[in-house]
Amino acid sequence: MARILIVAEHDGSDLNSSTAKCVTCAAAIDGSEIDIVVLAADASVIAAQAAELASVNRVLTIEREENDKPLAAVLAPQIASIAGDYSHVLGASSTFGKDLMPHVAALLGVNQVSDIMTVEGNHTFKRPVYAGNAIVTVEAPEGSIVVGTVRIASWQAAATGNAAPVESVTTATELPSHTRYVGLESAVSDRPDLQTAARVVAGGRALGSEEQFGLIYKLADALGAGVGASRAAVDAGYCPNDMQVGQTGKIIAPDLYIAIGISGAIQHLTGIKDAGTIVAINKDAEAPIFEVADIGLVGDLFQVLPELTEALS
Amino acid sequence: MDKIIVGLKRVVDYNVRIQVKSDGSGVETDGVKMSINPFDEIALEEALRIRESGGASEVIAVSIGKSEAQQQLRTGLAMGADRAILVAVDGEIDPLSIAGVFKALAEKENAGLVILGKQAIDGDNSQVPQMLAALWGRPQATFASGVTINGDTARVVREVDAGLETVEVDLPAVLSVDLRLNEPRYVKLPDIMKAKKKPLDEVPLADLGVEAGPPIRELSCAAPAGRQRGVTVDDVAGLVAALKDKGLV
Repeated sequence: MARILIVAEHDGSDLNSSTAKCVTCAAAIDGSEIDIVVLAADASVIAAQAAELASVNRVLTIEREENDKPLAAVLAPQIASIAGDYSHVLGASSTFGKDLMPHVAALLGVNQVSDIMTVEGNHTFKRPVYAGNAIVTVEAPEGSIVVGTVRIASWQAAATGNAAPVESVTTATELPSHTRYVGLESAVSDRPDLQTAARVVAGGRALGSEEQFGLIYKLADALGAGVGASRAAVDAGYCPNDMQVGQTGKIIAPDLYIAIGISGAIQHLTGIKDAGTIVAINKDAEAPIFEVADIGLVGDLFQVLPELTEALS
Repeated sequence: MDKIIVGLKRVVDYNVRIQVKSDGSGVETDGVKMSINPFDEIALEEALRIRESGGASEVIAVSIGKSEAQQQLRTGLAMGADRAILVAVDGEIDPLSIAGVFKALAEKENAGLVILGKQAIDGDNSQVPQMLAALWGRPQATFASGVTINGDTARVVREVDAGLETVEVDLPAVLSVDLRLNEPRYVKLPDIMKAKKKPLDEVPLADLGVEAGPPIRELSCAAPAGRQRGVTVDDVAGLVAALKDKGLV
């Protein structure tokens, strides 16, 4: 039997959908019994959302003032203190989980399995290396706890409709004060979240300016799509960093991905290889993006974009 | 602050199109161009800038691996590191043990900062900085895109999924750096000559008293399932028709 603890990701008010994907990954492990732990100042709403997820056995809450903001140095010792009851501890491979889970692993004295794509056995998993240009099968040591992050683009969200019991846990763990949260600067947007959107429109360096990047937003809004960008577009200041798609940005799996003025560096392609349909619009017919595109259109984006937006509105 | 330690990993150059070996035992690295992990170059650049603005007196570049990694350390010295340490390891070494090496060195050197890349572009693990913070019992500020040193603390802007998060950490601390923190300087020829005279010490792993954790074994390696090139359409009308055909709009 595998007793699995999943660390919930949330923003202080709502559960992040990455947690539901971790549950699906955990459920793929033979004989899994899944608990979710919510660390928050006030966990009630988040825990209720977690309790709805199918296959979840229990939701544990650790409510402390210090858990108000996601500081790895504060959260990790609390997770480690309850990990002894489990065979696996999993978190999402989001910036939250990437920051936190290796810290937990080190406190438990083990290495981490990063970015789990598939479960091959209770200790055996597939994961990407070299920006997804190779897939390795790895085996965590038998007899040790497995700590891992789940590549969320590889997994569907678990269904809801469950009503798992919620239990409050108290830990006496002493917490450090050497790391202090100052603030979060977040672009306010009504558009669908890039990581969960069914459709994504993304722009690259060819947009040429922040102002012209507005054409991307217009098409996205006509489609009800989320907005992404290549690293070049973010570096050039056309759009905020949280829109970056690729090896070092977000790994996404929308049903439809429309890449506009993006040449398709391998670091970018690794972020979209699980997309359902890839559409590429680029004036360079030789751009590598066309090698992976299901539908390609060679053309000047400044002509194509307004036309396409009009046609889809 | 006195010293900053920077990690430089020797990896397959980011421009190389990697090939999976036909026997599935890994990725071909023979005869392939090797370079400093790009994130680690950014880490070194940041350390040099802190030193140049008077925030530190010495920058120590550290690599862990085979003797070939001396090349990357020499490049680091040419960029401006004051000295280098190669922790000699023959085979593979796991992230937890690497974190243990950095902890041992940070304590030995009494470092004020350890600055590392947020991930290496070969293994893409993104583990060592966070593990080091855990083992060392010091703050971690990962995915940094802005660093300001104020005496005994550092204010760090972090690139997170929701935007830009700012944290303040007491020093000593561990930073992991992201792409937009800075642009690493180019090495000039006279600097390469000067770097040859800078100290590069080799230290056996055993001398640091590091106990390796249980490794995660790589059983096999395969190329990913590729995507096929699809259709090309001539105009917007063709694109819309193709999307409708697939039921996507």
